[in-house]
Amino acid sequence: MLDTIRRLVDEQGRLSVAAATIGDDADLYATGLTSFAAVQLMLALEETFDIEFPDRMLNRRSFSSISAIAGCLHELKGEEAA
Amino acid sequence: MNAPLDHGANVVATAARHADDVDRNGRFPIEAVQALKDARLLSLLIPIEFGGGGASLADVAEICTSLGQHCASTAMIFAMHQIKASSLIAHGRGSAWHEAFMRRVADEQLLLGSATTEGGVGGNMRNSICAFERDGAIFRIAKEGALISYGAYSDAILVTARRASDAPPSDQQMAVLEKSQYRLERTGSWDALGMRGTCSEGFTFSGEAPVEQIFTHDFAEIASESMLATAHLLWSAVWFGVASDALSRAQSFVRKDARRHPNGPAPGALRLAEAANKLQLMRVNIVEGLKRFAKAQQNEDDLNSMSFAVAMNNIKIGSSQLSIEIINHALLIAGIAGYKNDTPFSVGRHMRDALSAQVMISNDRIFTNLSTLLLAQRIDQRLGD
Ligand SMILES: Cc1cc2nc3c(=O)[nH]c(=O)nc-3n(C[C@H](O)[C@H](O)[C@H](O)COP(=O)(O)OP(=O)(O)OC[C@H]3O[C@@H](n4cnc5c(N)ncnc54)[C@H](O)[C@@H]3O)c2cc1C
Repeated sequence: MLDTIRRLVDEQGRLSVAAATIGDDADLYATGLTSFAAVQLMLALEETFDIEFPDRMLNRRSFSSISAIAGCLHELKGEEAA
Repeated sequence: MNAPLDHGANVVATAARHADDVDRNGRFPIEAVQALKDARLLSLLIPIEFGGGGASLADVAEICTSLGQHCASTAMIFAMHQIKASSLIAHGRGSAWHEAFMRRVADEQLLLGSATTEGGVGGNMRNSICAFERDGAIFRIAKEGALISYGAYSDAILVTARRASDAPPSDQQMAVLEKSQYRLERTGSWDALGMRGTCSEGFTFSGEAPVEQIFTHDFAEIASESMLATAHLLWSAVWFGVASDALSRAQSFVRKDARRHPNGPAPGALRLAEAANKLQLMRVNIVEGLKRFAKAQQNEDDLNSMSFAVAMNNIKIGSSQLSIEIINHALLIAGIAGYKNDTPFSVGRHMRDALSAQVMISNDRIFTNLSTLLLAQRIDQRLGD
Protein backbone atom coordinates (compact mmCIF):
# COMPACT_ATOMS: atom_id res chain seq x y z
CA MET A 1 0.00 0.00 0.00
CA LEU A 2 2.80 2.45 0.88
CA ASP A 3 4.32 1.98 -2.58
CA THR A 4 1.02 2.75 -4.28
CA ILE A 5 0.58 5.84 -2.10
CA ARG A 6 4.11 6.95 -3.04
CA ARG A 7 3.34 6.51 -6.73
CA LEU A 8 0.18 8.61 -6.43
CA VAL A 9 2.02 11.25 -4.39
CA ASP A 10 4.56 11.44 -7.21
CA GLU A 11 1.83 11.74 -9.85
CA GLN A 12 -0.46 14.19 -8.06
CA GLY A 13 1.47 15.85 -5.23
CA ARG A 14 3.68 18.15 -7.32
CA LEU A 15 6.39 17.90 -4.69
CA SER A 16 9.84 19.33 -5.10
CA VAL A 17 11.41 15.89 -4.49
CA ALA A 18 10.68 12.28 -5.50
CA ALA A 19 8.33 10.47 -3.11
CA ALA A 20 10.81 7.58 -2.94
CA THR A 21 13.20 9.83 -1.03
CA ILE A 22 10.59 10.88 1.55
CA GLY A 23 10.24 9.06 4.87
CA ASP A 24 6.86 7.64 5.86
CA ASP A 25 6.44 10.29 8.55
CA ALA A 26 7.99 13.26 6.74
CA ASP A 27 5.82 16.37 6.39
CA LEU A 28 4.48 16.45 2.83
CA TYR A 29 3.48 20.10 3.14
CA ALA A 30 7.13 21.01 3.78
CA THR A 31 8.06 19.42 0.46
CA GLY A 32 5.50 21.52 -1.38
CA LEU A 33 2.11 19.78 -1.10
CA THR A 34 -0.57 22.46 -1.52
CA SER A 35 -4.22 22.13 -0.59
CA PHE A 36 -5.05 21.98 -4.32
CA ALA A 37 -2.61 19.12 -4.90
CA ALA A 38 -3.94 17.40 -1.77
CA VAL A 39 -7.41 17.38 -3.34
CA GLN A 40 -6.02 15.88 -6.59
CA LEU A 41 -4.18 13.29 -4.53
CA MET A 42 -7.36 12.49 -2.62
CA LEU A 43 -9.29 11.93 -5.86
CA ALA A 44 -6.54 9.61 -7.12
CA LEU A 45 -6.52 7.66 -3.83
CA GLU A 46 -10.32 7.30 -3.99
CA GLU A 47 -10.12 5.99 -7.54
CA THR A 48 -7.23 3.60 -6.90
CA PHE A 49 -8.41 2.16 -3.59
CA ASP A 50 -12.12 2.38 -4.38
CA ILE A 51 -13.00 4.31 -1.25
CA GLU A 52 -14.46 7.70 -0.40
CA PHE A 53 -12.89 10.05 2.09
CA PRO A 54 -15.61 11.21 4.50
CA ASP A 55 -15.78 14.88 5.53
CA ARG A 56 -14.23 14.18 8.91
CA MET A 57 -11.00 13.13 7.16
CA LEU A 58 -10.86 16.18 4.94
CA ASN A 59 -8.39 18.11 7.02
CA ARG A 60 -4.75 19.00 6.84
CA ARG A 61 -3.59 16.18 9.08
CA SER A 62 -4.99 13.37 6.91
CA PHE A 63 -2.63 14.23 4.05
CA SER A 64 0.32 15.41 6.12
CA SER A 65 2.50 12.31 5.53
CA ILE A 66 2.58 8.98 3.70
CA SER A 67 1.79 7.17 6.94
CA ALA A 68 -1.08 9.55 7.78
CA ILE A 69 -2.61 8.74 4.38
CA ALA A 70 -2.06 5.01 4.99
CA GLY A 71 -3.74 5.41 8.39
CA CYS A 72 -6.85 6.91 6.75
CA LEU A 73 -6.93 4.15 4.11
CA HIS A 74 -6.61 1.42 6.76
CA GLU A 75 -9.44 2.96 8.71
CA LEU A 76 -11.67 3.21 5.62
CA LYS A 77 -10.83 -0.28 4.37
CA GLY A 78 -11.38 -1.62 7.89
CA GLU A 79 -14.80 0.02 8.06
CA GLU A 80 -15.67 -1.61 4.75
CA ALA A 81 -14.60 -5.06 5.96
CA ALA A 82 -16.54 -4.71 9.21
CA MET B 1 -23.27 47.78 28.50
CA ASN B 2 -20.22 46.08 27.13
CA ALA B 3 -17.07 47.91 28.28
CA PRO B 4 -14.99 47.66 25.06
CA LEU B 5 -17.94 48.82 23.01
CA ASP B 6 -18.36 51.75 25.40
CA HIS B 7 -14.77 52.82 24.80
CA GLY B 8 -15.42 52.34 21.11
CA ALA B 9 -18.05 55.10 21.13
CA ASN B 10 -15.44 57.87 21.52
CA VAL B 11 -13.31 56.39 18.78
CA VAL B 12 -16.27 56.10 16.45
CA ALA B 13 -17.14 59.76 17.04
CA THR B 14 -13.56 60.79 16.28
CA ALA B 15 -13.43 58.64 13.15
CA ALA B 16 -16.75 60.11 11.96
CA ARG B 17 -15.51 63.67 12.47
CA HIS B 18 -12.49 63.22 10.19
CA ALA B 19 -13.86 60.67 7.72
CA ASP B 20 -14.53 63.11 4.86
CA ASP B 21 -11.12 64.69 5.08
CA VAL B 22 -9.40 61.30 5.34
CA ASP B 23 -11.24 60.13 2.23
CA ARG B 24 -10.82 63.31 0.21
CA ASN B 25 -7.11 63.61 0.87
CA GLY B 26 -6.35 59.89 0.96
CA ARG B 27 -4.62 60.48 4.26
CA PHE B 28 -4.04 58.21 7.24
CA PRO B 29 -6.75 58.67 9.92
CA ILE B 30 -4.26 59.79 12.58
CA GLU B 31 -6.90 61.14 14.96
CA ALA B 32 -9.00 57.96 14.96
CA VAL B 33 -6.00 55.66 15.29
CA GLN B 34 -4.72 57.79 18.19
CA ALA B 35 -8.18 57.48 19.76
CA LEU B 36 -7.98 53.69 19.35
CA LYS B 37 -4.65 53.74 21.18
CA ASP B 38 -5.95 56.06 23.91
CA ALA B 39 -8.87 53.70 24.49
CA ARG B 40 -6.40 50.77 24.52
CA LEU B 41 -8.38 49.07 21.80
CA LEU B 42 -5.33 47.91 19.81
CA SER B 43 -4.78 45.26 22.48
CA LEU B 44 -8.46 44.38 22.79
CA LEU B 45 -8.00 40.77 21.64
CA ILE B 46 -4.79 40.12 23.57
CA PRO B 47 -5.36 37.91 26.62
CA ILE B 48 -5.51 39.67 29.99
CA GLU B 49 -2.44 37.73 31.19
CA PHE B 50 -0.41 39.58 28.55
CA GLY B 51 -1.87 42.96 29.44
CA GLY B 52 -4.63 43.07 26.82
CA GLY B 53 -8.40 43.35 26.94
CA GLY B 54 -9.10 39.63 26.62
CA ALA B 55 -12.13 40.34 24.43
CA SER B 56 -13.83 37.95 22.05
CA LEU B 57 -13.62 38.22 18.27
CA ALA B 58 -17.33 39.04 18.31
CA ASP B 59 -16.61 42.20 20.37
CA VAL B 60 -13.88 43.19 17.93
CA ALA B 61 -16.25 42.57 15.02
CA GLU B 62 -18.87 44.79 16.65
CA ILE B 63 -16.38 47.67 16.79
CA CYS B 64 -15.38 47.02 13.15
CA THR B 65 -19.04 47.41 12.23
CA SER B 66 -19.53 50.60 14.28
CA LEU B 67 -16.42 52.15 12.76
CA GLY B 68 -17.44 50.95 9.30
CA GLN B 69 -20.63 52.99 9.54
CA HIS B 70 -18.60 56.19 9.70
CA CYS B 71 -15.08 55.70 8.39
CA ALA B 72 -14.44 52.47 6.50
CA SER B 73 -10.72 53.20 6.30
CA THR B 74 -10.33 53.42 10.08
CA ALA B 75 -12.51 50.33 10.41
CA MET B 76 -10.33 48.40 7.96
CA ILE B 77 -7.11 49.52 9.65
CA PHE B 78 -8.53 48.37 13.00
CA ALA B 79 -9.65 45.06 11.44
CA MET B 80 -6.30 44.36 9.76
CA HIS B 81 -4.41 45.14 12.96
CA GLN B 82 -6.61 42.73 14.91
CA ILE B 83 -6.10 39.99 12.30
CA LYS B 84 -2.35 40.23 12.90
CA ALA B 85 -2.93 40.31 16.67
CA SER B 86 -5.00 37.13 16.42
CA SER B 87 -2.11 35.28 14.76
CA LEU B 88 0.22 36.48 17.48
CA ILE B 89 -2.20 35.25 20.14
CA ALA B 90 -2.98 31.91 18.50
CA HIS B 91 0.56 31.04 17.41
CA GLY B 92 2.95 33.12 19.51
CA ARG B 93 2.19 31.41 22.78
CA GLY B 94 5.04 29.35 24.11
CA SER B 95 7.60 31.49 22.29
CA ALA B 96 9.36 33.85 24.70
CA TRP B 97 9.95 36.50 22.06
CA HIS B 98 6.36 36.52 20.79
CA GLU B 99 4.90 36.54 24.29
CA ALA B 100 7.08 39.50 25.27
CA PHE B 101 6.11 41.24 22.03
CA MET B 102 2.42 40.67 22.76
CA ARG B 103 2.92 42.44 26.09
CA ARG B 104 4.56 45.33 24.28
CA VAL B 105 1.69 45.59 21.81
CA ALA B 106 -0.55 46.06 24.84
CA ASP B 107 1.75 48.39 26.83
CA GLU B 108 2.76 50.60 23.92
CA GLN B 109 -0.37 50.11 21.76
CA LEU B 110 1.73 49.12 18.75
CA LEU B 111 0.03 49.14 15.35
CA LEU B 112 0.61 45.91 13.38
CA GLY B 113 0.76 45.83 9.59
CA SER B 114 0.69 42.90 7.19
CA ALA B 115 2.82 41.87 4.21
CA THR B 116 1.34 38.54 3.19
CA THR B 117 0.75 39.17 -0.50
CA GLU B 118 3.53 39.91 -2.92
CA GLY B 119 4.12 41.13 -6.46
CA GLY B 120 4.01 38.15 -8.81
CA VAL B 121 1.66 36.02 -6.72
CA GLY B 122 -1.11 38.64 -6.27
CA GLY B 123 -3.79 37.54 -3.87
CA ASN B 124 -2.45 33.99 -3.63
CA MET B 125 -0.98 34.45 -0.20
CA ARG B 126 -0.22 30.74 0.18
CA ASN B 127 2.70 31.16 -2.22
CA SER B 128 5.80 33.23 -1.68
CA ILE B 129 8.62 34.18 -3.97
CA CYS B 130 10.80 35.77 -1.26
CA ALA B 131 12.50 33.63 1.38
CA PHE B 132 13.89 33.90 4.90
CA GLU B 133 17.63 33.70 4.39
CA ARG B 134 19.19 32.53 7.60
CA ASP B 135 22.67 33.61 8.55
CA GLY B 136 23.54 32.21 11.98
CA ALA B 137 21.20 33.73 14.56
CA ILE B 138 19.67 36.26 12.20
CA PHE B 139 17.63 36.14 9.00
CA ARG B 140 17.27 38.52 6.12
CA ILE B 141 14.23 39.04 3.94
CA ALA B 142 13.38 41.16 0.91
CA LYS B 143 9.81 41.19 -0.42
CA GLU B 144 9.06 43.07 -3.62
CA GLY B 145 5.78 44.53 -4.76
CA ALA B 146 4.09 44.22 -1.39
CA LEU B 147 0.89 46.22 -0.88
CA ILE B 148 1.09 47.11 2.80
CA SER B 149 -1.85 49.03 4.24
CA TYR B 150 -0.71 51.87 6.52
CA GLY B 151 2.81 50.45 6.02
CA ALA B 152 4.38 53.85 6.61
CA TYR B 153 2.50 54.16 9.93
CA SER B 154 2.96 50.62 11.29
CA ASP B 155 5.08 49.93 14.38
CA ALA B 156 5.71 46.35 13.27
CA ILE B 157 4.91 44.28 10.19
CA LEU B 158 4.10 40.58 10.02
CA VAL B 159 5.63 39.23 6.85
CA THR B 160 5.44 35.87 5.08
CA ALA B 161 8.16 34.17 3.05
CA ARG B 162 9.40 30.73 2.04
CA ARG B 163 11.15 28.83 4.84
CA ALA B 164 14.48 29.09 2.97
CA SER B 165 15.69 29.97 -0.49
CA ASP B 166 15.54 26.30 -1.57
CA ALA B 167 12.03 25.66 -0.15
CA PRO B 168 8.96 25.26 -2.40
CA PRO B 169 6.71 28.36 -2.77
CA SER B 170 4.01 26.93 -0.49
CA ASP B 171 6.35 26.04 2.38
CA GLN B 172 6.02 29.37 4.14
CA GLN B 173 6.70 30.87 7.52
CA MET B 174 5.75 34.20 9.06
CA ALA B 175 7.90 36.59 11.09
CA VAL B 176 7.34 39.77 13.07
CA LEU B 177 9.69 42.62 12.24
CA GLU B 178 9.76 45.83 14.22
CA LYS B 179 10.02 49.23 12.60
CA SER B 180 13.71 49.56 13.48
CA GLN B 181 14.42 46.22 11.78
CA TYR B 182 12.98 46.92 8.32
CA ARG B 183 13.18 49.45 5.53
CA LEU B 184 10.27 50.34 3.27
CA GLU B 185 11.03 51.63 -0.17
CA ARG B 186 7.87 53.09 -1.70
CA THR B 187 7.20 51.65 -5.16
CA GLY B 188 3.55 52.57 -5.65
CA SER B 189 1.10 55.22 -4.47
CA TRP B 190 -2.44 54.66 -3.16
CA ASP B 191 -4.67 56.98 -5.13
CA ALA B 192 -7.50 54.44 -5.08
CA LEU B 193 -11.24 54.48 -5.64
CA GLY B 194 -12.04 53.79 -2.00
CA MET B 195 -10.52 52.76 1.32
CA ARG B 196 -8.33 55.77 0.66
CA GLY B 197 -7.33 56.31 4.27
CA THR B 198 -5.77 52.85 4.53
CA CYS B 199 -2.77 54.25 2.59
CA SER B 200 -2.15 50.80 1.08
CA GLU B 201 0.96 51.81 -0.79
CA GLY B 202 3.27 49.46 -2.66
CA PHE B 203 6.66 48.83 -1.09
CA THR B 204 9.80 46.83 -1.32
CA PHE B 205 10.10 45.51 2.20
CA SER B 206 13.56 44.52 3.36
CA GLY B 207 14.92 43.78 6.77
CA GLU B 208 16.81 41.56 9.12
CA ALA B 209 16.06 40.27 12.61
CA PRO B 210 16.91 37.45 15.02
CA VAL B 211 15.50 34.08 13.90
CA GLU B 212 13.50 33.81 17.14
CA GLN B 213 11.10 36.36 15.63
CA ILE B 214 9.96 33.77 13.05
CA PHE B 215 6.87 31.92 14.28
CA THR B 216 7.57 28.27 15.03
CA HIS B 217 4.21 27.25 13.55
CA ASP B 218 4.14 26.96 9.76
CA PHE B 219 2.31 29.76 7.96
CA ALA B 220 -0.09 27.11 6.57
CA GLU B 221 -1.32 26.55 10.13
CA ILE B 222 -1.42 30.26 10.91
CA ALA B 223 -3.37 30.89 7.71
CA SER B 224 -5.97 28.23 8.32
CA GLU B 225 -6.23 28.50 12.11
CA SER B 226 -6.27 32.25 12.67
CA MET B 227 -5.76 34.41 9.62
CA LEU B 228 -8.30 33.10 7.11
CA ALA B 229 -11.17 33.16 9.56
CA THR B 230 -10.40 36.42 11.35
CA ALA B 231 -9.71 38.22 8.07
CA HIS B 232 -12.92 37.13 6.38
CA LEU B 233 -15.01 37.73 9.51
CA LEU B 234 -13.59 41.12 10.44
CA TRP B 235 -13.48 42.41 6.86
CA SER B 236 -17.10 41.33 6.52
CA ALA B 237 -17.95 43.13 9.76
CA VAL B 238 -16.47 46.32 8.29
CA TRP B 239 -18.42 45.92 5.04
CA PHE B 240 -21.60 45.24 7.03
CA GLY B 241 -21.06 48.58 8.77
CA VAL B 242 -20.64 50.35 5.45
CA ALA B 243 -23.73 48.70 3.91
CA SER B 244 -25.93 49.21 6.98
CA ASP B 245 -25.09 52.93 7.09
CA ALA B 246 -25.94 53.27 3.38
CA LEU B 247 -29.25 51.53 3.97
CA SER B 248 -30.11 53.62 6.99
CA ARG B 249 -29.51 56.73 4.90
CA ALA B 250 -31.86 55.34 2.27
CA GLN B 251 -34.43 54.62 4.95
CA SER B 252 -34.29 58.24 6.16
CA PHE B 253 -34.90 59.29 2.59
CA VAL B 254 -37.96 57.05 2.29
CA ARG B 255 -39.34 58.21 5.64
CA LYS B 256 -38.88 61.85 4.73
CA ASP B 257 -40.54 61.23 1.40
CA ALA B 258 -43.44 59.38 3.01
CA ARG B 259 -44.09 62.28 5.38
CA ARG B 260 -44.28 64.62 2.42
CA HIS B 261 -46.45 62.34 0.26
CA PRO B 262 -48.73 60.50 2.69
CA ASN B 263 -50.89 59.08 -0.10
CA GLY B 264 -48.43 57.14 -2.13
CA PRO B 265 -45.21 55.42 -1.28
CA ALA B 266 -42.07 56.60 -3.00
CA PRO B 267 -41.00 54.37 -5.89
CA GLY B 268 -37.92 53.37 -3.94
CA ALA B 269 -39.84 52.15 -0.89
CA LEU B 270 -40.05 48.58 -2.17
CA ARG B 271 -36.31 48.49 -2.71
CA LEU B 272 -35.86 49.33 0.94
CA ALA B 273 -37.67 46.14 1.91
CA GLU B 274 -35.61 44.16 -0.56
CA ALA B 275 -32.32 45.62 0.66
CA ALA B 276 -33.27 45.11 4.31
CA ASN B 277 -33.68 41.45 3.43
CA LYS B 278 -30.18 41.36 1.96
CA LEU B 279 -28.80 43.14 4.99
CA GLN B 280 -30.29 40.43 7.20
CA LEU B 281 -28.65 37.73 5.06
CA MET B 282 -25.35 39.51 5.38
CA ARG B 283 -25.71 39.82 9.13
CA VAL B 284 -26.63 36.19 9.83
CA ASN B 285 -23.85 35.06 7.54
CA ILE B 286 -21.31 36.93 9.67
CA VAL B 287 -22.85 36.11 13.04
CA GLU B 288 -23.06 32.41 12.16
CA GLY B 289 -19.44 32.56 10.99
CA LEU B 290 -18.31 34.09 14.29
CA LYS B 291 -20.06 31.26 16.13
CA ARG B 292 -18.60 28.62 13.86
CA PHE B 293 -15.11 30.02 14.40
CA ALA B 294 -15.52 30.19 18.19
CA LYS B 295 -16.62 26.54 18.14
CA ALA B 296 -13.87 25.40 15.77
CA GLN B 297 -11.24 27.00 18.00
CA GLN B 298 -11.97 24.26 20.52
CA ASN B 299 -11.15 21.61 17.94
CA GLU B 300 -7.96 21.74 15.89
CA ASP B 301 -9.16 19.21 13.32
CA ASP B 302 -12.25 21.26 12.58
CA LEU B 303 -10.15 24.43 12.35
CA ASN B 304 -7.98 22.72 9.71
CA SER B 305 -10.86 21.08 7.87
CA MET B 306 -11.99 21.83 4.36
CA SER B 307 -15.54 22.47 5.50
CA PHE B 308 -14.32 25.25 7.79
CA ALA B 309 -12.25 26.80 4.99
CA VAL B 310 -15.24 26.61 2.64
CA ALA B 311 -17.47 28.29 5.23
CA MET B 312 -15.06 31.16 5.92
CA ASN B 313 -14.41 31.78 2.22
CA ASN B 314 -18.15 31.81 1.57
CA ILE B 315 -18.63 34.46 4.24
CA LYS B 316 -16.17 36.74 2.47
CA ILE B 317 -17.69 36.16 -0.95
CA GLY B 318 -21.24 36.59 0.35
CA SER B 319 -20.67 39.75 2.33
CA SER B 320 -18.54 41.39 -0.35
CA GLN B 321 -21.26 40.82 -2.95
CA LEU B 322 -24.21 41.66 -0.72
CA SER B 323 -22.66 44.90 0.51
CA ILE B 324 -22.43 46.22 -3.04
CA GLU B 325 -26.00 45.12 -3.85
CA ILE B 326 -27.32 46.82 -0.71
CA ILE B 327 -25.46 50.05 -1.38
CA ASN B 328 -26.67 50.02 -4.98
CA HIS B 329 -30.24 49.69 -3.70
CA ALA B 330 -29.63 52.60 -1.34
CA LEU B 331 -28.50 54.61 -4.34
CA LEU B 332 -31.59 53.70 -6.35
CA ILE B 333 -33.81 54.65 -3.41
CA ALA B 334 -32.30 58.07 -2.82
CA GLY B 335 -31.60 58.84 -6.47
CA ILE B 336 -29.72 62.06 -7.10
CA ALA B 337 -29.68 62.80 -3.37
CA GLY B 338 -27.72 59.57 -2.95
CA TYR B 339 -25.52 60.15 -5.96
CA LYS B 340 -24.41 63.61 -4.86
CA ASN B 341 -21.57 63.78 -2.38
CA ASP B 342 -22.93 66.58 -0.23
CA THR B 343 -26.33 65.40 0.98
CA PRO B 344 -27.28 63.44 4.11
CA PHE B 345 -28.32 60.60 1.75
CA SER B 346 -25.04 60.39 -0.12
CA VAL B 347 -23.71 56.85 -0.59
CA GLY B 348 -20.84 57.59 -2.95
CA ARG B 349 -18.10 56.89 -0.44
CA HIS B 350 -19.92 53.78 0.76
CA MET B 351 -19.94 52.43 -2.77
CA ARG B 352 -16.31 53.28 -3.43
CA ASP B 353 -15.17 51.76 -0.14
CA ALA B 354 -17.24 48.61 -0.57
CA LEU B 355 -15.94 47.97 -4.09
CA SER B 356 -12.61 47.04 -2.50
CA ALA B 357 -14.26 43.97 -0.98
CA GLN B 358 -14.32 41.95 -4.18
CA VAL B 359 -10.70 42.68 -5.10
CA MET B 360 -9.23 42.39 -1.62
CA ILE B 361 -8.16 38.82 -2.34
CA SER B 362 -10.03 38.57 -5.60
CA ASN B 363 -13.43 36.88 -5.37
CA ASP B 364 -12.63 35.06 -8.62
CA ARG B 365 -9.52 33.65 -7.02
CA ILE B 366 -11.51 32.52 -3.98
CA PHE B 367 -14.20 30.97 -6.21
CA THR B 368 -11.48 29.03 -8.02
CA ASN B 369 -10.10 27.75 -4.70
CA LEU B 370 -13.60 26.88 -3.53
CA SER B 371 -14.36 24.93 -6.67
CA THR B 372 -11.25 22.85 -6.00
CA LEU B 373 -12.21 22.25 -2.36
CA LEU B 374 -15.69 21.23 -3.50
CA LEU B 375 -14.21 18.35 -5.49
CA ALA B 376 -13.65 16.85 -2.07
CA GLN B 377 -15.91 18.56 0.43
CA ARG B 378 -19.53 17.36 0.48
CA ILE B 379 -22.33 19.93 0.45
CA ASP B 380 -23.50 20.43 4.02
CA GLN B 381 -27.19 19.55 3.93
CA ARG B 382 -27.98 20.01 7.58
CA LEU B 383 -29.80 23.07 8.85
CA GLY B 384 -28.34 23.05 12.32
CA ASP B 385 -25.08 21.87 13.75
C1 LIG C 1 -7.89 47.95 0.65
C2 LIG C 1 -6.85 46.88 0.46
C3 LIG C 1 -5.88 46.73 1.43
C4 LIG C 1 -4.89 45.76 1.28
N1 LIG C 1 -3.94 45.64 2.27
C5 LIG C 1 -2.99 44.67 2.18
C6 LIG C 1 -2.01 44.53 3.21
O1 LIG C 1 -1.98 45.27 4.19
N2 LIG C 1 -1.09 43.56 3.07
C7 LIG C 1 -1.08 42.71 2.02
O2 LIG C 1 -0.22 41.83 1.98
N3 LIG C 1 -1.98 42.83 1.01
C8 LIG C 1 -2.94 43.80 1.06
N4 LIG C 1 -3.85 43.95 0.04
C9 LIG C 1 -3.63 43.24 -1.22
C10 LIG C 1 -4.43 42.04 -1.34
O3 LIG C 1 -4.10 41.25 -0.27
C11 LIG C 1 -4.19 41.33 -2.68
O4 LIG C 1 -2.87 41.25 -3.01
C12 LIG C 1 -4.90 42.00 -3.75
O5 LIG C 1 -6.12 42.49 -3.33
C13 LIG C 1 -5.04 41.08 -4.94
O6 LIG C 1 -4.36 41.71 -5.91
P1 LIG C 1 -4.59 41.55 -7.46
O7 LIG C 1 -6.02 41.73 -7.82
O8 LIG C 1 -3.61 42.46 -8.11
O9 LIG C 1 -4.05 40.09 -7.74
P2 LIG C 1 -4.71 38.73 -8.09
O10 LIG C 1 -5.35 38.09 -6.93
O11 LIG C 1 -3.61 37.97 -8.72
O12 LIG C 1 -5.83 39.05 -9.17
C14 LIG C 1 -5.59 39.71 -10.41
C15 LIG C 1 -6.66 39.38 -11.40
O13 LIG C 1 -6.51 38.04 -11.81
C16 LIG C 1 -7.66 37.29 -11.57
N5 LIG C 1 -7.22 35.99 -10.97
C17 LIG C 1 -6.07 35.75 -10.33
N6 LIG C 1 -6.00 34.48 -9.94
C18 LIG C 1 -7.12 33.90 -10.34
C19 LIG C 1 -7.61 32.59 -10.22
N7 LIG C 1 -6.93 31.63 -9.60
N8 LIG C 1 -8.83 32.35 -10.75
C20 LIG C 1 -9.53 33.32 -11.36
N9 LIG C 1 -9.10 34.56 -11.52
C21 LIG C 1 -7.91 34.86 -11.01
C22 LIG C 1 -8.48 38.11 -10.58
O14 LIG C 1 -9.85 37.95 -10.78
C23 LIG C 1 -8.07 39.51 -10.89
O15 LIG C 1 -8.87 40.05 -11.88
C24 LIG C 1 -4.87 44.91 0.14
C25 LIG C 1 -5.86 45.05 -0.83
C26 LIG C 1 -6.85 46.02 -0.69
C27 LIG C 1 -7.90 46.17 -1.74
